Amino acid sequence: MRLLAPAEPSVSRPQDRRKLAVRLNGIQAAITVVFAALALAFWYFQVVQHAKFRELAENNHQRTLSLRAPRGVLYDRHGTILVENRDSFVISLVREHMKDPDATIRLLCRVAQLDEAAVRETIRRNRNLPAYRPIPVVEDASLAQVAAVMARRLDTELPGVIVERVPTRRYPAESLAAHLFGYVGQATEEQVEVGGPQPGDIVGQSGIEKVYNRLLMGQDGARRVVVNSTGREIRTIEEIPPSEGRRVQLTLDYDLQRAAEEAFRGYGYAGAAVFLDPRTGEVLAYVSLPAYDPNAFAGGIDRVTWNRLNTDRLRPLQNRAIQGRYSPGSTFKIVVATAALEEGLVTPDFRVHCGGGASFYGRYFQCWEKRGHGSLDLRHAIERSCNVYFYTLGNMVGIDRLHKWATLLGLGEKSGIDLPNEIDGIMPSTAWKQARFGEKWYSGETISVAIGQGYVSVTPIQLAVMMATVANGGTRVTPHLVRAENTGSGWKPLPPPPPKSRVTFKPETLAALREGLWLVVNGAGTGGRARIPGRDVAGKTGTAQVISLQGGRAAAGRTDKDLRDHGWFVFFAPRDNPEIAGVVFAEHSEHGYLAAPIAKYVMETYFAKKEGRPLPTFTPPAAPAPKVATVAAAAQTSP
Amino acid sequence: MLERRLYYHIDWLLIAAIAALSAIGVAMIYSTTHAGPNAGLYVRQLYAIGIGAFVFMACLTIDYRTLADNSLAIYGLIIALLVGVLLFGTTGGGARRWIELPFFNLQPSEFAKVALALALAKFFDESRRGSPSVTDLAVGGGLTLIPFILIAKQPDLGTAVTLVPIFLAVAFLAGMRLRLLGILLILAVLAAPVAWRYALKDYQRSRIATFINPEQDPRGAGYQQIQARISVGSGGIWGKGFLKGTQGQLRFLPVAWNDFVFSVLAEEQGFVGVIVALGLYLFVIVRSLEAARLSKDRLGAYLVIGILATFTFQVIYNITMSAGLAPVKGLTLPLMSSGGSSIIATLAGFGLILNVRMRRFTN
Repeated sequence: MRLLAPAEPSVSRPQDRRKLAVRLNGIQAAITVVFAALALAFWYFQVVQHAKFRELAENNHQRTLSLRAPRGVLYDRHGTILVENRDSFVISLVREHMKDPDATIRLLCRVAQLDEAAVRETIRRNRNLPAYRPIPVVEDASLAQVAAVMARRLDTELPGVIVERVPTRRYPAESLAAHLFGYVGQATEEQVEVGGPQPGDIVGQSGIEKVYNRLLMGQDGARRVVVNSTGREIRTIEEIPPSEGRRVQLTLDYDLQRAAEEAFRGYGYAGAAVFLDPRTGEVLAYVSLPAYDPNAFAGGIDRVTWNRLNTDRLRPLQNRAIQGRYSPGSTFKIVVATAALEEGLVTPDFRVHCGGGASFYGRYFQCWEKRGHGSLDLRHAIERSCNVYFYTLGNMVGIDRLHKWATLLGLGEKSGIDLPNEIDGIMPSTAWKQARFGEKWYSGETISVAIGQGYVSVTPIQLAVMMATVANGGTRVTPHLVRAENTGSGWKPLPPPPPKSRVTFKPETLAALREGLWLVVNGAGTGGRARIPGRDVAGKTGTAQVISLQGGRAAAGRTDKDLRDHGWFVFFAPRDNPEIAGVVFAEHSEHGYLAAPIAKYVMETYFAKKEGRPLPTFTPPAAPAPKVATVAAAAQTSP
Repeated sequence: MLERRLYYHIDWLLIAAIAALSAIGVAMIYSTTHAGPNAGLYVRQLYAIGIGAFVFMACLTIDYRTLADNSLAIYGLIIALLVGVLLFGTTGGGARRWIELPFFNLQPSEFAKVALALALAKFFDESRRGSPSVTDLAVGGGLTLIPFILIAKQPDLGTAVTLVPIFLAVAFLAGMRLRLLGILLILAVLAAPVAWRYALKDYQRSRIATFINPEQDPRGAGYQQIQARISVGSGGIWGKGFLKGTQGQLRFLPVAWNDFVFSVLAEEQGFVGVIVALGLYLFVIVRSLEAARLSKDRLGAYLVIGILATFTFQVIYNITMSAGLAPVKGLTLPLMSSGGSSIIATLAGFGLILNVRMRRFTN
């Protein structure tokens, strides 16, 4: 090998070479330092902060999609399906994948014909959800909407829009027992704050759906999927199937329920009715009319329908059986009679002479029968509903003992039924008046109360409890709607709620009450229209005066308001061993005896079903008054 | 032409390291594209490496001094091509960068780096003084500025900037006074606000702004930076395994086979893979510096340092960016990123580096 030739001038000077080597070394040192720094940086990210970045990467590509659990199916006491589920389509937005949210929302609203403001409000309400959680904007999309959305390329034209198939509540009988079932809807912000439901969950908002929501809701499933950067699902990692809500058997009897509503509609009344088994408090039928169609809520109710339901003059959303407060009228005489007999003040043979009215505390009180009833014992006073007789009895008992017995019979207090938002009603007493008005009770006021007027006011279900209590001899049963739940391994009966109170009526009290109430229907009384040969129906009519309740102001100001009185009919049957008891309240029917045939038809159905005979068919009255029924129908035919 | 004697002096270790990096690159390109619309990209990369191997051998075979003698002609040819690109080039992504050829699109800016290194090496070699005068520096700067402007006009500021290290490195090695270097740096710092105001386009400004605070725009410009760091960090020590990454496989990382190929490596092969790749790159660089040190003449040393400067600059910038530590700029990772012209030009450059080392004993 030859030595380097010194001919090349560029390398001839040793100091040049040295300088070159120094600079090359400098460059090499600098580069090495930079590489060491890079290695350090990667070590920091990949080793020190690995856990944090691994989680971020997982959040990137893994989604947990919730699979909505079907709500529990509701059955009647004989196994007929009352409420079930159907498949529906939900159109949702996933904000994370929306490239241009404004454009997407605008296009979506245009193709699916949605109210843009409402959609934006929905998104705003769910703004705290993680961006990858879908926000449902159309709960129950029509096939046309689904088709219109799917026709667009979801990943390019409508990025972030997804269409899912989910179970949705279905009420096959439409508005039947609507107030009892209630309805479902997306959890409100308040409900989410209280805890339990997640935003976007469908929860019961009223009725049984609300009270038993925990039982019915089931457990949503989940599906963990891998998605790519455009949000498209690549594969499923794991799937936890949803578990259906508990199946629940109600105490309701579908045929009785249908019969009751059929009769109401046939007579053209709005109102309420409750049919109980007096031995247990099980609710056999429960009516509040006019009603709504809970199906309209299942897929998210539209604003127009909601507004119409809320502003309807007949208030279809009011659950009249537990939220309507009316004066009991003559049905209250049962309380007076019970109190007088049980307190030992009179015997059933105690007689009063009715001359068409009587004076108490310097004021003359009329009997409804201006000619007078003559001399009556207690049974016949009930039969004829003689006011003078019960003025006299009420005056003897006094307001506080009336309060005591009314309470024992279930008036003036919540019945305790398993439905939300029940109201109290009023059963006055000296203490009540002191607390409410700061005034003492005047004995004269007791006279009005004795015939169910004045301060006393009740809800229909309280009168149903009263009749059940009289029928069973003193046990104030708690009305309830649920018999059993299916735990997955067969039906498990749910224990009935305990009675609110229990006294044992004296046999002669019971006999006299039953005799008097039997006479109302089967004798010369006002309840003849409820008579069923061989069934020994016992009952009592009553009239709730609209004008006295509303006062003259309402009468003067609201001429359009229906001022006709409401009619009551309370009943049980058979007289000696009652199996069914309850109340029918017919708004503006003027007379209680016009409510009686509704009860009769339901009881006929009850006995026919019990004995396995063909169920009776409803024959509409000769001159129907369809006014109310029409409005009620309009309220329930909402989409 | 290749004498037996020269054959013994070929740096096989350096070739092996280059081959290893290229192979890793192909594997990563395959990993990120195998399931998508660019599934054939790794084959193209293999073809490019094949062509690159020929070019590499050509650059190895012809004596670098002969090439340097013709550096002005080569430089002129490249300038002509760059002008041609501006006039007749193919548009892609809003820029004219390519000349359409029958089999692939030629990107002359990649070859401009080699040509400039050759021209500057020759120029500074001829100005045989202890240290280059201001006039020398001005001429050298001018030689750099012409392709710089032509490439920046495409516009491809990123590639244009990679020319600057060539000039600085060659001038530095040629003995440029450190004071002068300092003055240049100060000038650059002073020029930065002016450049920010007038030279940069809006999107460039927003990229830099986003780099400083990526969370201000996590869906837009900051997205890539955030995703790059997630890819790297989630790789851990051992990585998620070949083809098992999620960031690259599921396209959270944009153009993973190109600008962010190193992030994919970090994700799938972990810190261990990163260290291996960093080690290989450092080895390639140090080994090339060795070639400069061993060079029998200044020309060889200048040529090596010029080629190495742009290579090293790009490697460091790209790797820094792939960890989310530098603003996102469309700069490829030499040897690993997909891109025909890039790999061919890079291999051509290494052909020259080996050329210098191989001929260290010749006349």
